[in-house]
Amino acid sequence: MAKVLMKGNEAIALAAIKGGCDAFFGYPITPQNEIPEYLSKYMNEHGKVFVQAESEVAAINMVYGAAGAGARVMTSSSSPGIALKQEGITYIAGAKLPCVIVSVMRGGPGLGSIQPSQSDYNQATRGGGNGDYHVICFAPETIQETIDTMKEAFDIADYYRNPVMVLVDGLIGQMMESVDFDRPIKQRFLPPKDWAASGTKNHPGRNVINSLYLEPKDLEEHTLGLHKKYQSVIQNETRYEMINMEDPDYVIVAYGTMSRVARSAIEMLEKKKLKVGIIRPISLWPFPKQAFKEIGPNCKGILVSEMSLGQMLQDVQIANKGRLPIAFYGRVGGYVPEPEELYDAILNFKKWEVLD
Amino acid sequence: MEMKYQKTSGLTDNALSYCPGCTHGIIHKLVAESLTELGVLDRTVGIASVGCSVFSYQFFNVDMEQAAHGRACAAATGVKRIHPDNVVFTYQGDGDLASIGIAETIHAANRGENITVIFVNNAIYGMTGGQMAPTSLIGQKTTTSPFGRSVVQHGSPIKISEMFQHIEGVAYLERVSVFNPRQVRNAKKAIKKAFQYQLDKKGFTMIEILSSCPVNWGKTPIDALKWIEESMVPVFPLGVFKDAGESHE
Ligand SMILES: Cc1ncc(C[n+]2csc(CCOP(=O)(O)OP(=O)(O)O)c2C)c(N)n1
Ligand code: SF4
Repeated sequence: MAKVLMKGNEAIALAAIKGGCDAFFGYPITPQNEIPEYLSKYMNEHGKVFVQAESEVAAINMVYGAAGAGARVMTSSSSPGIALKQEGITYIAGAKLPCVIVSVMRGGPGLGSIQPSQSDYNQATRGGGNGDYHVICFAPETIQETIDTMKEAFDIADYYRNPVMVLVDGLIGQMMESVDFDRPIKQRFLPPKDWAASGTKNHPGRNVINSLYLEPKDLEEHTLGLHKKYQSVIQNETRYEMINMEDPDYVIVAYGTMSRVARSAIEMLEKKKLKVGIIRPISLWPFPKQAFKEIGPNCKGILVSEMSLGQMLQDVQIANKGRLPIAFYGRVGGYVPEPEELYDAILNFKKWEVLD
Repeated sequence: MEMKYQKTSGLTDNALSYCPGCTHGIIHKLVAESLTELGVLDRTVGIASVGCSVFSYQFFNVDMEQAAHGRACAAATGVKRIHPDNVVFTYQGDGDLASIGIAETIHAANRGENITVIFVNNAIYGMTGGQMAPTSLIGQKTTTSPFGRSVVQHGSPIKISEMFQHIEGVAYLERVSVFNPRQVRNAKKAIKKAFQYQLDKKGFTMIEILSSCPVNWGKTPIDALKWIEESMVPVFPLGVFKDAGESHE
């Protein structure tokens, strides 16, 4: 397929189809409505499943049911809707089921706004569901990267039998870029879903999808099993990009839309003879801690920038281990910082330094 | 010697977890027998809910999914949409279905999801230790209505079958009980008919079954059966609430 001009949300929907999505369950919320709108047409025309559920709670539990039955399933939502999905997400993780969740962040807390935001970093990486579980979370910065990630997300979910979240802000959802849907993705060996509840005629024995383990011995064994899986996710799926990182004077840490702003800011700083690099986390969980070990000896500080008041900041503080001074610059309410603002923040590093 | 009666192959050999005298066990048997007689065990997926019947995934001899509290009909929707030719049923208590899961249940019914809901109404939260349920009777003392349920404080018991009979997508809806052998036989007929309707793709079917909880009602098993007949049935009258008959496709 040649390159096409496409809106982010529609590209997410088409990429899901290319990724082999069998079923979509969701509930309307701005700014992600183009995803279900696109899929409602396509899925019905191609004999696949599309259900507009009565709530996000119902939608994610339909995902649970369908994933347990062996299908490749997704849902999409935005901030308050993702909050409601947390119940189902922990059940899905607990029952070792694969699914893809798209989160298009808007402003919060509460009903917040429908403007773009990155204030659901904690919601995505820490989640609100109960128990020791993780959601594998990727935060692409362009529509092209979102497409590639979406296509691969279904394989990653199936491979690890775990929910995978693709996290973008409303800006990526709403803007248009020229994109290619046929870029190859990593090939993985995906074993048959012989664990699925699809009727005993389809497999030996009786399959049960469950997250209940009343005996301490059983629950500990189950949770340790999940933990072991998460270690292998950390090993194999941690993703980040190092930009202009040969012995920089400063480093900006930014993901998604903010890393695009940072790219422009470092060009402006170059003219001031300041060499500024960017660490761009692509996987938010697992967070790319190792990137911070690679920061050269002459770096004077790290500037974290988010469209929030500092959520990823805490992961950077953990990864930095107190080595370098850290400053934070963020905007909220739907404002996207201009490159000039990051330029100023680097030049006035002390002003924005986080003293904890 | 000829074998006249034996345990249905629709149940596993796991020992039931229910209290002595609890009628959950009878209802399990009726569901399992119905699926066995219809010859569909190998293409059935059951959804266990949260309540005393949470372990039903260990008892029904079919593939099972255990769903979050109240979400059984949403999970069942997910399964059925992926495997329309499977038989899909939920097994839910009154707290699960009529309280926390009322939205999921109403909308599954309204979509006419071709699933069967086995709704066990025992007028109490059994598993958590006898708290008030949305179906508890006026005056009924529970651990959270120690002075008895009052209309002013708690509202009246919710009548699920009366509500659901007005929903278009419902193909068959009957309230039955198991307080004597005649009622058990009738309950079996209703359950089997509901599954037959599902096989005929007629739409949403639900059988509400008035069931006992001798432990949390503080009654002997015999008195508990009497209480169903004398106290519950007048509030929750038995009978067919809807029978759409013809196919809904
Ligand atoms: C979200 C959530 N809230 C509360 C509970 C606790 N809980 C477990 S069973 C139950 C009530 C079950 O009552 P019912 O559905 O009537 O079934 P029964 O035990 O009487 O058969 C509750 C409230 C839970 N497991 N999950
Ligand atoms: S608590 Fe009540 S409903 Fe639960 S198993 Fe015991 S008797 Fe049955």
